[in-house]
Amino acid sequence: MADFSLSGAPHSVDDIQSSYMAQVQRRRLYGGLTLLIFVVLMVSGFNVADARNAGGFWDGLRRIFDYPADVLSEAWEKRADLPGLMAKYFPALVETLNIAAVSTLIGALGGLILSLLGTRGLAKWPRLIPVFRRTSDIMRAVPEIVIALMLIFVLGGGPVPAMIAIAIHTAGALGKMFSEVAENADLKPLEGLASTGATWAQRMWLGILPQVAPNYLSYALLRFEINIRASAILGFVGAGGLGYELRNAMAWGPGRFDEAAAIFILLFGTIVFFDQLSSRYRNRLTEGQGQ
Amino acid sequence: MLTIDALTKRFGDKTAVDAANILVDKPAMIGIIGRSGAGKSTLLRMLNCLSEASSGTITFDGEEITGLRGAARRNWQSRCAMIFQQFNLVPRMDVVSNVLHGTLNRRSTFATMFNLYPQSDIHTAIEILDRLGIAEQAPKRAEALSGGQQQRVAIARALMQDPKIILADEPIASLDPMNAQVVMQSLRAIHEEDGRTVIANLHTLDTARRYCDRVIGMRDGRIVFDGTPTQLTTGVARDIYGAGADFSEAATSTEIETLDRPKREKAYA
Repeated sequence: MADFSLSGAPHSVDDIQSSYMAQVQRRRLYGGLTLLIFVVLMVSGFNVADARNAGGFWDGLRRIFDYPADVLSEAWEKRADLPGLMAKYFPALVETLNIAAVSTLIGALGGLILSLLGTRGLAKWPRLIPVFRRTSDIMRAVPEIVIALMLIFVLGGGPVPAMIAIAIHTAGALGKMFSEVAENADLKPLEGLASTGATWAQRMWLGILPQVAPNYLSYALLRFEINIRASAILGFVGAGGLGYELRNAMAWGPGRFDEAAAIFILLFGTIVFFDQLSSRYRNRLTEGQGQ
Repeated sequence: MLTIDALTKRFGDKTAVDAANILVDKPAMIGIIGRSGAGKSTLLRMLNCLSEASSGTITFDGEEITGLRGAARRNWQSRCAMIFQQFNLVPRMDVVSNVLHGTLNRRSTFATMFNLYPQSDIHTAIEILDRLGIAEQAPKRAEALSGGQQQRVAIARALMQDPKIILADEPIASLDPMNAQVVMQSLRAIHEEDGRTVIANLHTLDTARRYCDRVIGMRDGRIVFDGTPTQLTTGVARDIYGAGADFSEAATSTEIETLDRPKREKAYA
């Protein structure tokens, strides 16, 4: 019963201890150096940024809360008007939501096509996989706001340029996520369908989509949440909806802060509502997958 | 030393452990046997405070364990080491770091984040590994080791805690017979040489018989047998497992010698 403690070690314990200690010292040295470099970079970077800042970070820090305080105090004085203002801006909210919904729908369709054409093992033209992958890279690399500014310049202000801009970005982003899901799909059903003489579209529709649908839906819902925020922001550059109204209210300055507050409340409430709704639905989609 | 009094654990309307009474007055090697779902694991988890008791008390050297919270509870956990069926090591960290995790209760979070263990602890860890015959594996990642070696790393982590009690939840259930033997011998040696109490859940009768001084049988959450291995007759074992007359010990055995035995067993089965 005592033989286990005697099982012949090729090295002595002292050797093992000293070589492990040497390894630990080396690791600590590297770790310490990394930490030092990180701290030096952070501090110097902060100083450079502070020096280039127009007002100076520390002076401005005190005033960060001045604006919200002004807005809140004015909104509180005119709190009786808030429900009326919220009703007034409700159509703008609907416009923002519509932009998000349409662009998510179109973007998801585009992403679906891009992902199927850009996934190894599924693609219709395997040689063109890099083309479709780079296309979706480029589509999600360009920020919505840049595309929107260009389109507004060409098409004029309004919800359509915003919708196109968000849809392009969504297609690129979802194309990437969808393709990661599709890579893990089981290929056996595809082979089965191919053996019956099915076309590529039939194979994808019947062999891949049923497998990946819960994940795809879940990602699309997540994207919808993101797009609500994006479409509100695009309003600032003249794309209509709630963001446009918010910019106007803020630009008017004191006196219209109650409108800004009403829009903030609407926007915040909507985002929270859709976040909760979609996270609940997404949970159900991913949990209920097995059944 | 260790007193368990009317310890009960309920999950909803199901009672996993039903008023268990155990008294351990001197260091011993205790095997707990019983079917899956008999409440063996739940009992050990309550001893380690991994799960809370619904009612009843655990007392160790006059200190009530069941009421402990926060730091006092973590301190008790450091004095009462646990070994798991699936080893529960950190797979991507090296073997010595895994063993050093046994000292976490004595170290600050900050020091452990940067892996700053004292040299004396590192030396102790490697000595413990040497005692278990796996010192050469010291710098390797835990995931690179075989199951038997990983379980010995887990035992080393437990020893690093320098505990009064070692709890082992099915320590050999996922090991082959040879490794199972090495692990059980290590646990036995720890009990004999260090005088630590070892309480092990075992799912094979002959292991309990061979290595333990005392066997506790559980069935449906109740303790139905508590005695020496010699008192554990085939009839009692059938009761514990709720088996019929066709039950034979060889059927659950993991011992290699069992291969020679079936003829004799069959003769009276």
